[in-house]
Amino acid sequence: MATALKKTNVVIIGLGAAGGIACLPIAQSGLEVIGLEAGSWLDTKDMAPDELKLNRGLWPPGPQKTKLEGITARANASQTAIRLNHPMMNAVGGTSVHYWAQSWRLNPWDFKVRSETMRRYGASRIPKGSTIEDWPITYEELEPYYDKVEYEIGVSGKAGNIGGKKDERGNVFEGSRKREYPLSPLRTSGFMERMIAAGKSLGWHTFVAPAAITSRPYNGRPGCAYHGYCSGAGCHVSAKSSTAVTTIPKAMKAGKFTVVTEARVTTIEVDNNGRIAGVNYLKGGQEYFQPADAVLVASYAYENVRLLLLSKSKAYPNGLSNNHGQVGKHYFSHNQGGAVSALFPFNLNNWYGTPAQGIAIDNWADDNFDHSVLDFIGGGNLYVYTERRPMAAVNGVQTWMQGGPNWGSKWKAFVKENADRWNVAYLQKTTLPYEDNYLDLDPVVKDPLGFPVIRITAEYKDNERKIGTFIAEKMRQWYMAAGAARVNGDGNVAGGMFASTHAYGGTRMGDNPETNVVDRWGFSHEAPNLGILGGSVMGTSGARNPTETLQALAWRTAEHLVQGWKNIVK
Amino acid sequence: MLRLPGEDHMINDCLTRRQMLQRLGLMIGLAGGLRLPARSSARAQGLGAVGNALVSLTPAEAETLRAIIARIIPADENGPGALEARADRFIDRALAGALKNQRSTYVAGLAALDAYAQSAKGSTFAKLPASDQDFILTEIQFNRAAGFDGGSGQFFNLVRTHTIQGTFSDPFYGGNENFIGWDLIGYPGARVVVSPNLQRMDIKPESSRKSAYDYGMFNKGEV
Repeated sequence: MATALKKTNVVIIGLGAAGGIACLPIAQSGLEVIGLEAGSWLDTKDMAPDELKLNRGLWPPGPQKTKLEGITARANASQTAIRLNHPMMNAVGGTSVHYWAQSWRLNPWDFKVRSETMRRYGASRIPKGSTIEDWPITYEELEPYYDKVEYEIGVSGKAGNIGGKKDERGNVFEGSRKREYPLSPLRTSGFMERMIAAGKSLGWHTFVAPAAITSRPYNGRPGCAYHGYCSGAGCHVSAKSSTAVTTIPKAMKAGKFTVVTEARVTTIEVDNNGRIAGVNYLKGGQEYFQPADAVLVASYAYENVRLLLLSKSKAYPNGLSNNHGQVGKHYFSHNQGGAVSALFPFNLNNWYGTPAQGIAIDNWADDNFDHSVLDFIGGGNLYVYTERRPMAAVNGVQTWMQGGPNWGSKWKAFVKENADRWNVAYLQKTTLPYEDNYLDLDPVVKDPLGFPVIRITAEYKDNERKIGTFIAEKMRQWYMAAGAARVNGDGNVAGGMFASTHAYGGTRMGDNPETNVVDRWGFSHEAPNLGILGGSVMGTSGARNPTETLQALAWRTAEHLVQGWKNIVK
Repeated sequence: MLRLPGEDHMINDCLTRRQMLQRLGLMIGLAGGLRLPARSSARAQGLGAVGNALVSLTPAEAETLRAIIARIIPADENGPGALEARADRFIDRALAGALKNQRSTYVAGLAALDAYAQSAKGSTFAKLPASDQDFILTEIQFNRAAGFDGGSGQFFNLVRTHTIQGTFSDPFYGGNENFIGWDLIGYPGARVVVSPNLQRMDIKPESSRKSAYDYGMFNKGEV
């Protein structure tokens, strides 16, 4: 029997990139808030620049709910789903502790892909089977929250558009922003400078990409150390602006905010009127019921959907907030496949750095170029970055041996010469939701508690494939202009869209409750005191990392909860 | 910081070393009340002896393993190889620690490899000339050698993976002796802060010649 705890104002389920933001405006308002986090607090002493430790699965430390629960995936409904590892981590701060920390705003076009495509190219250009809708809000409505996030956590970058005034040093394709970034961009490396010159020689616009990493001391944290162990590892000097070192500790100081770690939420309870009553969770083998006036679900997209589908009641027989059958629908992950890589005839000195220390080109992203004569919509962001680790350098060379030996003197000579000469681009491309791509509960596979795991059914369609080919060719040109001897990869993506660190949809935001789970404020169309945070509310991907957008949305939803408190909790 | 004779790259790894000592049944003075210099010197003496002692494999198994890794990454005109980097010591230690579940795979695989060398070339692997060793390893890599559980290629890939780890991972784990692996590929060593100059393309950055654990900031993992 669950132990019933004292009622609180707000429960946030998951203190990652999204929940870790939402706690701050709520705590600052004076409301009492409890954050239930499946992971634990991490210690910078466990963040050694040690490649083997990372490779051995010893990172992340602490309990990993994601590893127990897993995911299954299949390309389409005719297949049987296979079990996959979960791509995210559990900790206070969630995956923001070890993410790449590229911190982008979406392009204004990403908020109105449907209407802008129809206006510019005609209705026939909406890809067949896509369920894409315009967002219920515009870039301009989200801008103040992007601004708050950037200044609160510390984002480094160069504005390319302040109040409509373009600045060539930043991204001239970005939406208008109120003011400059709080921190200047991360510094450039020699390799980055070479890629800048190459991009310029093609007439393309290069810029240092924005990063949620401090380029200099900010709010008591030091500047980036560029030591090369940033990707998939925590920051030993807390220069990475994860919520664990920014908004969460600030919220704990600001108000009545309690962090409960190693708490695994199992279901959300509702009352007879279909309003949220509280959440059930397990901690240390004990069951607890935490009553609350309002609940914000802020786990990852997969877990948000899973938790809703597992929380069945008389009011919601098919899962919480699912009386319109939309939970799990409009799912997509980011088209990051179809890798393009290059081998240079000289060393790049790409040791050290961090994946967020990179150069981007947006000329071929979103609707920044004319698609009249093309057969797809959207595009991709071209991106090259620093950070190379010794074992990865050795293993990465193999692809350039073209079936040659992978041991012995000949191999060793090749490794010696080329370990620091190869590079792989990071290409994020527009991905759309489709009617037959979705999430649901796996009918067979269960977690150790006996609850079904989430199942992904999703595959790439023609629009994604065409973008992949188009972007790969642009990337090839950029590498060749920089002096690459060889470029690999035709950008082809095929088959399943499997588990991703960029998962979108499943609880999409929109004004129409027939096709969306949450309203324009991020609150359920069906359960009024239930808010949902994270990529699961996003209806488009854009061509860039989702974190800053879902953080801006989380701030906006939390602020709406505070400002509309009396109406929401009744 | 305590530096041990002949073990310059292995710093202050007390716990793991103590476990090794226990495994070997050696006694060292770690009782409370000992003055620090006495304790250090006692530990140094005991640990110095352990430094190169085998903790998982028999001398015969280790000899075979050394002969294999010496062909996977050989010493040649491009410099020292996996043997000089002590990838064998890395593997032997890991098989008593982080890779202990694979110890039986190694024991069986090394025995099968020697048996195959005996049947194909008339001698145990370590005693064969390099060209015969390369022939044997190629047969094993391409799954053409009998006597291996799960196929000989699987065993080859396991040893190759661990040889690369033992040559190019942090020296804390017992391999990459004198930064041989990192120097081979030009990796300039573990650092906790990197200056702008170290990221330029027109210079070859100087190696820090440091393990991550030389900085005294981090908890150590299992060897």
